[in-house]
Amino acid sequence: MEYFIQQTVNGITLGSIYGMIAIGYTMVYGIIGMINFAHGDIFMLGAFAALITFLILTAIFTSVTVVVALIVMMAVAILMASLWNWTIERIAYRPLRGSFRLAPLITAIGMSIVLSNFIQVTQGPRNKPIPQLVSQVYDVYGISISLKQILIVVITVVMMTAFWYLVNRTSLGRAQRATEQDRKMAALLGIDVDRTISITFIMGAALAAVAGTMYLMYYGVAVFSDGFTPGVKAFTAAVLGGIGSLPGALLGGLLIGLIESLWSAYFSIDYKDVATFSILAIVLIFKPSGILGRPEIEKV
Amino acid sequence: MTVSSTNPADKQQGLVARGLREAFFAGLISLGMFSLYIGLKTDQNMRNELVLVTRWGLLATLVILAMIGRFLMIVVVQPRLAARKSAKATAAHGQAEVPGFVARNLTAIAVVALLLFPPVIVSLFGMQGSLKWIDNFGIQILIYVMLAWGLNIVVGLAGLLDLGYVAFYAVGAYSYALLSTYFGLSFWVLLPMAGILAAFWGVILGFPVLRLRGDYLAVVTLAFGEIIRLVLINWVEVTKGTFGVSGIAKASVFGIWSFDVSAPNNFAKAFDLPMSSAYYKIFLFYVILALCAVTAYVSIRLRSMPIGRAWEALREDEIACRSLGINTVTTKLTAFATGAMFGGFAGAFFGARQGFVSPESFVFLESAVILAIVVLGGMGSLVGIAIAAVVMVGGTELLRELTFLKAIFGPDFTPELYRMLIFGLAMVTVMVLKPRGFVGSRQPTAFLHERKAVSGSFTKEGHG
Amino acid sequence: MNSDVILRVEHVTMRFGGLVAINDLSFDVRRGEITALIGPNGAGKTTVFNCVTGFYRPSMGMISMTQKNGTVCNLERMTDFTINREAKVARTFQNIRLFTGLTVLENLLVAQHNVLMRASGYTVLGLLGFRGYRDASKAAIENARHWLERADLLDRADDPAGDLSYGAQRRLEIARAMCTGPELLCLDEPAAGLNPRESLELNKLLRGILADTGTSLLLIEHDMSVVMEISDHVVVLEYGTKISDGTPDEVKNDPKVIAAYLGVDDEEVDEVLEEITHVTDEAQA
Repeated sequence: MEYFIQQTVNGITLGSIYGMIAIGYTMVYGIIGMINFAHGDIFMLGAFAALITFLILTAIFTSVTVVVALIVMMAVAILMASLWNWTIERIAYRPLRGSFRLAPLITAIGMSIVLSNFIQVTQGPRNKPIPQLVSQVYDVYGISISLKQILIVVITVVMMTAFWYLVNRTSLGRAQRATEQDRKMAALLGIDVDRTISITFIMGAALAAVAGTMYLMYYGVAVFSDGFTPGVKAFTAAVLGGIGSLPGALLGGLLIGLIESLWSAYFSIDYKDVATFSILAIVLIFKPSGILGRPEIEKV
Repeated sequence: MTVSSTNPADKQQGLVARGLREAFFAGLISLGMFSLYIGLKTDQNMRNELVLVTRWGLLATLVILAMIGRFLMIVVVQPRLAARKSAKATAAHGQAEVPGFVARNLTAIAVVALLLFPPVIVSLFGMQGSLKWIDNFGIQILIYVMLAWGLNIVVGLAGLLDLGYVAFYAVGAYSYALLSTYFGLSFWVLLPMAGILAAFWGVILGFPVLRLRGDYLAVVTLAFGEIIRLVLINWVEVTKGTFGVSGIAKASVFGIWSFDVSAPNNFAKAFDLPMSSAYYKIFLFYVILALCAVTAYVSIRLRSMPIGRAWEALREDEIACRSLGINTVTTKLTAFATGAMFGGFAGAFFGARQGFVSPESFVFLESAVILAIVVLGGMGSLVGIAIAAVVMVGGTELLRELTFLKAIFGPDFTPELYRMLIFGLAMVTVMVLKPRGFVGSRQPTAFLHERKAVSGSFTKEGHG
Repeated sequence: MNSDVILRVEHVTMRFGGLVAINDLSFDVRRGEITALIGPNGAGKTTVFNCVTGFYRPSMGMISMTQKNGTVCNLERMTDFTINREAKVARTFQNIRLFTGLTVLENLLVAQHNVLMRASGYTVLGLLGFRGYRDASKAAIENARHWLERADLLDRADDPAGDLSYGAQRRLEIARAMCTGPELLCLDEPAAGLNPRESLELNKLLRGILADTGTSLLLIEHDMSVVMEISDHVVVLEYGTKISDGTPDEVKNDPKVIAAYLGVDDEEVDEVLEEITHVTDEAQA
């Protein structure tokens, strides 16, 4: 039982990170109907920005408190990831808006290749380890919960709340939802559609950057190819939860995190990804639009 | 319109001013984007700790390049593009233009050129020198042509987005590798078998996902591709895991001559030629050329058959298909299976060529590259896809050859490192400039009076 | 005119969640006639069509189709594509569904899929270049040519379907449905959006189909002049229930229909009646 709870805690931590990345996929999909394949690499860029910021901080100040370091890292990561995602949208996706559906998918895959290779070229192909930032571990009734895990879950909850407020309670969120429903009509009603879409990319990137910082803090290492696997998992999470649905993305992320850690714990660590992908396939076969997705009604 | 803007000199000045302003912003943005990643480099010191190395010079160069690029874009490129576009808009209409003489005979010219390719290369570079050109360029490009033509059936014709096509390539390669290693079957027996096995897997994977549409289909095919790769990695007893299967038997000339050095019926011995590995490569070149020809023949024939028309109709409108009595389930499955079969053939060929297969060769990136070739070529167009394969695969192979750049950038410069970076940039650039691919129009499969190409603006891309 | 029943709809109910789109609907379509299904927006007409052509499965009731050779098909149990293939019911769509990227001719060839599929030995024989497929393929093109002539589209045969005008697209959709060789053709608002001349051409095409092929027609229509002019039998729906059923004359004089269609008070009925008679007279003239 303790083992189970322990693995559940690990799963929730991992799932929070996936969930935060998944939001970016699901938002972009919701608003312009495209799979932003480069999103996983934006997450990786975020992690690298946090890593480099950490190195700058330790180089300049001999001692810096962990809280300040984390906040600065996160802020720089958000700034970097947002700037990159905004630029990518402008040069690679916007010219193709309203064109052939597969064209932006291909530019997104192209961008994903560009980003990971850009980091490989500029920062080198090796693993980049950093010393542990947060090391406290608490023992709660025989279950060890690290401060890192608590931080990740708390930050996820805070980000999600802020995010939920932004989407559901502000005029920006209303503009986003309107653009999602009908882009032309939204434009006719005076919504600046281009700006709304840009902001969506920035918001997705910001969450991915936070996830990247958390990932770096949790595992203490970053590498240029880090965008792919978490990216695909988060994308899977978004689809599992029902792509286009924000709570769905978080739910999907948590589910994937749990499946992964519980499968590794009880069955085989080698086949954990096989299990994740199989469950995705099975869920979609029975519920073709994901767990919380709106079912697609066939209009005849 | 104001008086000043009608004056061309003033207009030019306004353009330059706008160019300068945009260039300034571009510089600012690129400075922001590159500052951390290019301005600073993380390196490991002697104690294995990360330290930062600064590269301000490089950063400044890139930012200035970005500014110049943006300025030229605004002042030179964009006005020209606009002028060309307006000229085209007045000339062009719904129909695509009638192809010229060279374009019409392109296929014949290409076939002759490909048949003559090995002898010409051998006479130019000698036996040993030809190896690189025939193997790295000829065979490599043709494998991608074949894979892309196979995937074209699924994506280009039937409009089903498959992001896990490499799985069938893997099934073909491992079928050949394992069945030839364990049972000693020959290439010519296993080639059709690999195709059949891949088609079988196509049906198995296709069946559950038929209900899914659009991007759900995409993600499930991606997942299947990853599952197959992960199984190949982890099922060590059979597949030898990440080590891969090595020492795979070479293909023979239909069992008459062998390319094994020790075999009594060795090709070179039989003809009293000096020993060289080039014969095998030349032979393989013709094998893959023949396989491509079969793929093209079958694709072209199928398009003008009811099944091919049903695929295209499915891409255009699935509901209308059902109202016309077309069984969309079997139609989709045959598309999946046919596409997979060609992937399987290509896989078996790949195994015979490399003599070694490992899961490393079947990563998602391969699926993405093949899909990119299909889309960049213009969905459904065999010629366009072949051009895209030559440009993208040949182009990146050429980057390996750019060793002279070392003279410019110093001995540490490895052009290979930039290969995929440039590949990705090329993908984005081509797509932005030509969203419908190199060949955007569609050739009809039947006609009453005359054959007119259908402009890309009418064809749909499917939602399945 | 023989008047045996080709399609019998019995007690069909269709629910979507709590919404009852069709409620206990029964009516007959007789062979060799044009039957019109009319009613205000949201009356459930297209839902009836979708039930008949297998896109929806009715919650309750039976829909039986009797073919010329006496075969009876229970449409409510069949899946969409078999309804066209085996029961010989074809349809068009309210928002035209053509294969816009295929040429006009190719659209008609896709419609002959099942015939050609059999002739090509399910692709295998055709791929090997057997004669039987080549002959069948020629016959299919001739059949397509015939329908293109009927639909007045012969000179547009090699143009993309998406390039046709709206009226021509409607005619092409009908020609395409006819290429499947149906015994019952269901038309969902065939005259919607047509100008008077196109409307006239359409009437000619529909009458021609009825006269020459013996294909019975079931159509949904809003344009009263079209309905009154060409149909032999009219069924009126309101809120998913049938409120009237009979000849055009009987229906247009039914006060319930007038009230439902125009939502008027009882005292205004006479006035409206007069208006309708006027309109139909004009159409006939």
